[in-house]
Amino acid sequence: MRVGRWGFLFAVAVSIAACKGGGGAADAGTPSTGGKTLKIGAALSLTGAAAVYGNTQKNGIQAATDAVNSSNTMGGVRIDVVVDDDASSKEQGINVFQKFINQDKVSVIIGPTLSTTATAADPLAQQAKVPVLAISNTAPTGITDIGDYIFRDSLTEAQVIPGAVKKAHQKLGFKTAAVLYGNDDVFTKAGYDVMKKALDSEGVQIVETQTFAKPDRDFNAQLTAIKGKNPGILVVSALADNAAAIVVQARQLGYTGPILGGNGFNSPAFIKNAGPAAEGVLVGTSWNSASNDQANAAFKEAMQKRGATADQFSAQAYSGVLILAEAVRKAGSKTGRDDVKAALAQVKDLDTPLGKFSFSDKRDAQHEPSVQQVKDGKFQILQ
Amino acid sequence: MGQQAINGIFLGSIYALFAVGYTLVFGVLDILNLAHQAVFMLCAFTALAFVSGLRLHIALALPLAAIVGGLLGILLERLAFRPLRGRADSNISGLISSLAAATIFESFALQMWGPDVSRFPFGTFPDKPIHLGAATVSALQLTIVAIAIALMALLTGLLSVTPLGRQIRAVAESPRAARILGVDVDRVIAWSFFISSALGGAAGVLFGLAFNSVSPDIGRSIELKGLAVIILGGMGSVAGAVVAGFVLGIIEVFTVAQIGSSYRDAVSFGVLFLILLVRPRGLLGHSATREA
Repeated sequence: MRVGRWGFLFAVAVSIAACKGGGGAADAGTPSTGGKTLKIGAALSLTGAAAVYGNTQKNGIQAATDAVNSSNTMGGVRIDVVVDDDASSKEQGINVFQKFINQDKVSVIIGPTLSTTATAADPLAQQAKVPVLAISNTAPTGITDIGDYIFRDSLTEAQVIPGAVKKAHQKLGFKTAAVLYGNDDVFTKAGYDVMKKALDSEGVQIVETQTFAKPDRDFNAQLTAIKGKNPGILVVSALADNAAAIVVQARQLGYTGPILGGNGFNSPAFIKNAGPAAEGVLVGTSWNSASNDQANAAFKEAMQKRGATADQFSAQAYSGVLILAEAVRKAGSKTGRDDVKAALAQVKDLDTPLGKFSFSDKRDAQHEPSVQQVKDGKFQILQ
Repeated sequence: MGQQAINGIFLGSIYALFAVGYTLVFGVLDILNLAHQAVFMLCAFTALAFVSGLRLHIALALPLAAIVGGLLGILLERLAFRPLRGRADSNISGLISSLAAATIFESFALQMWGPDVSRFPFGTFPDKPIHLGAATVSALQLTIVAIAIALMALLTGLLSVTPLGRQIRAVAESPRAARILGVDVDRVIAWSFFISSALGGAAGVLFGLAFNSVSPDIGRSIELKGLAVIILGGMGSVAGAVVAGFVLGIIEVFTVAQIGSSYRDAVSFGVLFLILLVRPRGLLGHSATREA
């Protein structure tokens, strides 16, 4: 009885507050302009295994929100972002999605950080007809396949590698290649398949293919066989653990040609463990850090102002907000869930830090990937 | 071809050094110490901590880490093997308790150093390539082979001429007879564990140096290879383990070079299977008569 009364009083208080505040939920906003808000729910891995990515994504989203709100490109609509932690887990991801959909009543969801979380949480949004923009899911299949409300601005490995091979081929002009890959892991095997296809379509002859298993630490035999064939380039699909050891041993054996790695190489730990041997190694990436395009320069400046480092993940997060803003603009400043969904598909050749951005027919990202090369112990874009 | 032979000898020397310790304990106790690979791994981490944490020279860190390995071996014997000794099923229960010890050691390493691959600091060992015709061998590789061979020679000498060696051989022959003759069997077993684990630990440090990677799972891949080596060489035979270590290393390398890396383990374990069929006591193993 008492609980009921208190509950009733509470409900009254809340409804009064809600009436008085008007747009009170948008605490940072200025409802006095009478403008609408685009409410975005961002499910990011702020804790757990992927915390390092989630936090840089949060920086990117906030920087982009500030930029869009101060530029007023959406015809008076302001962006209001609710950030919540998916804890790098499926269960928490589902909870956060439910909160966004039913409680916060967001127009669109950004995230979640990990592909595995996405496979669990995205179906909820699809069912509730809430559009989702993934900003870091790179699993080749099973993300945008969930349904027509799921979009992404992150390139898959299957998109980055062919671009990297093509660019490296243009720059270095090799005619033959040797491939070394881990054949006991789904990701490295899939990486190999993409690499082989890309090399074939570039007309590069594969003179030697060697394999290894994840627990292996000695790659001398494979690398000696590869070196004996004198390939123009060594292409490696390996997880970060093996990548450094492979490169070090290749250099020790006296292989001096170029080396191109898959996504496993795309980590600072690779450079740390390979040391001087990492110099010159090529890796594909979806963000061209050296690009002087206006959108990228603005992004880097905004990140610097916040005291945050700009990286691929923050660039994709920043671009995600720009893409949503563009969609709202295309929708004539309407912020309904279906308005946003319909307009997202129309986004074409938008200038973002990632370059000219469009969605494919399957709502996947379409933009030019880049190649970076290790120089003086750092990844630098191959111009 | 020359380069692949060098690769094979190099890999073989590490296999052999790992396997001599493995086979020594088997020879003495008739028990497979499945925690041998965990000691191998922990010693690699210990040497790494000595070199990067305490800034010790590797020439000092290697023997110190080997001693730590030996002490771990004694600990292992006290905790995992001695309490079970004398029970009717001590062979199987010892095998299982050593597996448990291996799991504990690995979890400890995971807690202490995390799952990532670490490496010895650059310049821990001067890494100068030496060119032999078309082949390249590094000073580090030569040193590793030399250390491995020296340690194995030392063990052979210890077993054949010292009083401790004689006692170890006596216990291996028959613990009961040795005890009747006045040998302190428990002490001899403890020493065997010390020597075995120190050698396994030294192999771990050399492995970590050679391949620039130390992680809690580095023992996994060598464990099965070590088992193959001691079966190939003849269970309990130290000389056999040395020969078989080099044989397996060379077989693996040439399988990769001639047939393909996917067939590497298939060929080496195929050879093992063949040996078991045609020569069950292994290359240099004794026949089973003395077990009577």
